[in-house]
Amino acid sequence: MKKMYLFIALAFILAGCSGNWGWYVVNPTTEGGFVNLKFLMSGLYYTILTSLVAIAISILIGLVVALPALSKNKYLRGINRFYVEIVRAIPILVLILWVYYGLPQVAGITIDVFWAGVIALALSDSAFEAEIFRAGIQSVDKGQYEASHTISLNYIDTMRFVILPQAIRRVLPALGNQLVYMLKMSSLVSVIGMEELTRKANELVVTEYRPLEVYTILVLEYLILILLVSAAVRRLEKKMNTGN
Amino acid sequence: MSSNINNQIICVEKISKFFGSFQALKDVSLSVNIGQRIVICGPSGSGKSTLIRCINGLEQQQGGKIIVDGIVLNDSLDSLTKIKSRVGMVFQQFNLFPHLSVMDNLTLGPMRSKKLSKIDAEALAMKYLERVRIPEQASKFPSQLSGGQQQRVAIARSLCMEPAIMLFDEPTSALDPEMIKEVLDVMSELANDGMTMICVTHETGFARGVADTMVFMDGGEIVETAEPEKFFTKPETRRCQDFLDKILHH
Repeated sequence: MKKMYLFIALAFILAGCSGNWGWYVVNPTTEGGFVNLKFLMSGLYYTILTSLVAIAISILIGLVVALPALSKNKYLRGINRFYVEIVRAIPILVLILWVYYGLPQVAGITIDVFWAGVIALALSDSAFEAEIFRAGIQSVDKGQYEASHTISLNYIDTMRFVILPQAIRRVLPALGNQLVYMLKMSSLVSVIGMEELTRKANELVVTEYRPLEVYTILVLEYLILILLVSAAVRRLEKKMNTGN
Repeated sequence: MSSNINNQIICVEKISKFFGSFQALKDVSLSVNIGQRIVICGPSGSGKSTLIRCINGLEQQQGGKIIVDGIVLNDSLDSLTKIKSRVGMVFQQFNLFPHLSVMDNLTLGPMRSKKLSKIDAEALAMKYLERVRIPEQASKFPSQLSGGQQQRVAIARSLCMEPAIMLFDEPTSALDPEMIKEVLDVMSELANDGMTMICVTHETGFARGVADTMVFMDGGEIVETAEPEKFFTKPETRRCQDFLDKILHH
């Protein structure tokens, strides 16, 4: 970790020395630079909001899709396989474009940029969430179902109070991973015009003609955001383990 | 086995069970009266566990009939639900819920399936924790308890459902020797209070002291049924004799 910070600092120092860089565009001590910097960071709101809403929806869909995979009924298992295989095969960018431009025509609805982005991200991630939940649920010992059976719990109560709390604890690192992945993938919704970090950077590049500096700031924005999220997920894991 | 029909609580008639092509049970019949204490023994793979697991619906038999407390066990969810609530079961591996405290392990069943209030469920749980003599462990998690304590919690968890019959599937096989007694003591007390019990166990001391009927199984069949005294001293069949020779004389 320390090495990485050192590396970043070194990159800055060297960059400042080089004549090809024009840090003035994002220099917070000048008025123009400060305004530009603020403009770049204003995308943070939509990046975070999109990612959080999308991950919440994708976890819910993932859970609903994962449950039939554990059924003894082969048709239910088939539904799960069908969904996972199809959704997993569509590139995220393609799905975003299709949901924004295609879905309104097919379904006869209007859909704004935010929800188009969220739905596309959530759908594409849900297949992976489903696989994570399936693995987590399958890792819970068969004896837990049998014990639930002997105390007369029905299927929903067995899942809710016995199996899922144990399964979720086990897949928490994987869920954290998906959240990080989601934050990165949210940059793709810039193509349909959502005003998130990447879109803001693109807009600034067009007016300032300094892609190197602007995109470097963009890299740093994602880097800091994701390092913070990783740290938070790790703390949550620790907290949940102490209760076990 | 002669049995008074009015007194009968479990009736197993000619049930079979296959795992793939392996036949675990071959036309097994068993009748249990209220208050009867049956110990089933036999070599591993003889179908002992499978038999008692069929009785509470954990395994579905193929062919034959099972009636528990007047309810015919069939494919309907309703019959299974009713039978589940009358039959308690204790497992070799305890199967406590590791993410819940002892108290929550005990109250989950009564609160969710019997719709008891939290206060009533906790009072019930304390009653049975005292009965298995570990009321002071109520707030701990299963992993903080010894094996013997965990198994006693598992017994209390089953008792909280106030079942008419208790099934024990090798309850002491996973325990260290010094913890076996505390679990057997609790089971003996339960028997003295009149609980109908079927125990799969190789604890001969317990069987002699507590059982009123011994059942010997081998190869998916009930080979011999007898009173403990006769069973241990003068077994009728050759297979049973061989088995007892192995477990009684080291």
